[in-house]
Parts: sequence; structure tokens; C-alpha cells
Amino acid sequence: MNRDKAALRYHGKTQLDRAFELAGRHVAHVFVSVRADQTLDPTRAQRPMIVDSAGEGPIAGIRSALAAHPKVAWLVLACDLPYLSDGALDYLLRRRDATAFATAYKSAHDGLPEPLCAIWEPSAAEALADYQTGGGHCPRKFLIRHGARLLEPQDTRALDNVNTPEEYTQAIATLDKAPMQLKIQYYALMREQAGRSEETLETSASTPAGLYEELVARYGFTLSRDQLKVAVNSEFSDWSRKLEVGDAVVFIPPVAGG
Amino acid sequence: MHFRFTESAIDTESSRGELQTSSAGGYVSFEGWVRDLNEGQEVTRLEYEAFEELAVKEGDRIVAEALRRFPVKRALCIHRVGSLELGDMAVWVGVSSAHRGEAFDACRFIIDEVKHRVPIWKKEHYRSGDSGWVNCERCATAPQHSHAEQAEHAEHANHHHNRVALPNSK
Repeated sequence: MNRDKAALRYHGKTQLDRAFELAGRHVAHVFVSVRADQTLDPTRAQRPMIVDSAGEGPIAGIRSALAAHPKVAWLVLACDLPYLSDGALDYLLRRRDATAFATAYKSAHDGLPEPLCAIWEPSAAEALADYQTGGGHCPRKFLIRHGARLLEPQDTRALDNVNTPEEYTQAIATLDKAPMQLKIQYYALMREQAGRSEETLETSASTPAGLYEELVARYGFTLSRDQLKVAVNSEFSDWSRKLEVGDAVVFIPPVAGG
Repeated sequence: MHFRFTESAIDTESSRGELQTSSAGGYVSFEGWVRDLNEGQEVTRLEYEAFEELAVKEGDRIVAEALRRFPVKRALCIHRVGSLELGDMAVWVGVSSAHRGEAFDACRFIIDEVKHRVPIWKKEHYRSGDSGWVNCERCATAPQHSHAEQAEHAEHANHHHNRVALPNSK
């Protein structure tokens, strides 16, 4: 779409700033990968950089990072993923397979590896160099050829990227429904299945019904929604109630007092 | 406050005392006890867990409803939470009234409603070493029961021996 996608703004922040904040919550250090001619670019100039030292394109960025700090694994993120969430990164990081060249999500669209939301291991450096020397330039094809630990996406939209003005407009509209923090408490069977009695989480669900769907995907609750009641702020509630920031939500499994 | 939880044994004597008033001619109570058998499984102990903030509100509403529906004097319900052994009292309901009929009715109403409406959960531990949340595990994938079926189901799962203190006069 003929614009620098890292500089696109959402809620007044550039996508690059958003990506730095997001990644910074999960890894020790965050860098932006730049071409040699981008080092003075105002969007990037204030950030720690990894300057391409090995050709062009994303594969050059990955190789340059692995060359700059050869003993660490790299969480590599594209700068055009406005929907990427803490949940999606957390899920990826928890399932890292250090024995593979990379741990990556499968695309929700074609099932192929997503190389630009992936953990790249130091062991991939040499094979990447060979691949590039042999004329290869596509990190996705590299992962298909060499294999990677692949994960099913939990949120099918998390890795949708923005390529057209329409997609940008859509992303802004969607993100305007800013994720809000809710407090969830779990009791009885659901406490055991969630492995916790309470948590504060960010969600874009706007009703208890939507929230329950999200949590079923995360924790595999066995109770169907029509077996439950729901309480918001310690009072019974409709499933379609509009949730507000800070609401305390409790799902109520079939009761058995007396 | 007409409904409360306790983590220790229910003190029926002092609770009964809370119901006494000179206009009452008698009192009816119900005690629910931990029974050794449920749906063919040998039960060794129980754990009760409650969403107390809402449970106390809902329990209070139930007792207040009973006081409106039946011409009784006072009513109170106390429920245990935590780990209970066989024979322990899990719940106590007491109602004082001028006459016995409405006291029985109100007591029955309160225990029935508490079982259906108050967010309290019961985990049974079985002789076999197995355990399960009552009403949650075996029918986890079944569609929602109708209200009538739920009542029947709850009756079925009833652990309790009914012990009624007869009104001491009239």
C-alpha cells in the first residue's frame, strides 16, 4: 500500500512502537531490523537496531540478528501485525521447541508456517546462510523445506497483516474496541480446569458470552454455556450485558448446595 | 442477615436462639448431613465451595422471600464450606412461627430454593479414590435440564436425612 507499515498509527502510536511495547513484555531486549539506508528514518532512529549485514529482505534481517547475538534465540515479528496480542505471543513462547530451527504458527489461511511471528533458534543460522547462498530468499519456504515446530493459531486473526488502505481502516475500527481489563474468578470444576482461582486479563470480548467463548478456547472448559449462569460484579447478569473495564466476572457452574 | 456461611461446625443451639421470640409458638429446623452413598458411589468426604459474595446475597433474598410468602416470625439458614466428613452437618435451616404449618412450609421452601439458586458447589470424594463435582461432571456435555428435571435431579442427589424438631407446643 505504498506506505511504511511500521509508521502506520493506531490509537496515536506507530505500529513499531506498539510492537516494541508488546515484545518488551515478553523478551529481554527488543531491536528493529533495518536496511542500511533506514538507519536515520525517524520512525526507527530512536530504537536499538540490527542493520542488515547479509543481503536483503526478511531473511537478511533474521540472519543479521542471529549473527549479531549468535547464542540467543530471536522472537521475530513483522511490523505489520496490528492484531498481535500478549496471548498469542505468550502461547508461542511457552511452546518453544529449542531443538527445531524455529517455532512458528501455522497460517490461519493456508496452514503454511508464519516465519515473521516465530522464534528462530541459533542453530538455524548456518542453514539460513546456505539457503541464501543457494539463491533462496523466502523464510517461509526455508521453514517448509527445513521443518519447524508448528503451532495451530489460537486466535485466527492474530497474525492478519495490513496490506491495503481498506485493511488499515478495518484494523483501526477493530482496535478501537480497545481490549479491556477484566477480573475473572473461577470456582469448583472451572477453577480446576483453569488451574487458577482468579486472573486479570485483557479481552476484546464485549459480553460475558464472548468472553466465555474465549476462555473455552484457552482452558478447554467442559461445561457448555447453557449449563452456566454468569455474574458480573457479584450480581447475576445476562450473557449479553455489555462489559465495562474493570468488571469482575464469575461463571457459575451447576450449583449443588445443601 | 438471614443467610451465612461458616467454616466450623454449625452451632444449632445458638442459631435456634436467634429465632426465639415470644410471639412464636414453635420452630421447625432442617439439617442436611453428609451421607455415605450418592448415586451408587460410596462417599468418604465432601468439600463445599461457595462464591460467597453472591451466595450470601442470594441466600438472603431466599429467606426474605420465605418471610414474605409465609406468615412466619423468623428464619435463618447457615451453610458450611470447606472439608466435611460423613455425618457432618452441611446446612441448617430454622424457622419460628406462631403455628406449625407455615413453619414447615417456609423451612421446605428455603432449603429447596437454596439448593437450586445459591452458588455453592460440592465435590464428593469416593471410596474408589475418584472424586467429582456434583451436577457438573457426569452431565457436563448434556443440554440444560428443564427446571422440573433439575428439581428431580437435585432431589435424587439429596444427601440428607431430614430431622425435624417438632414444635414444642400446640
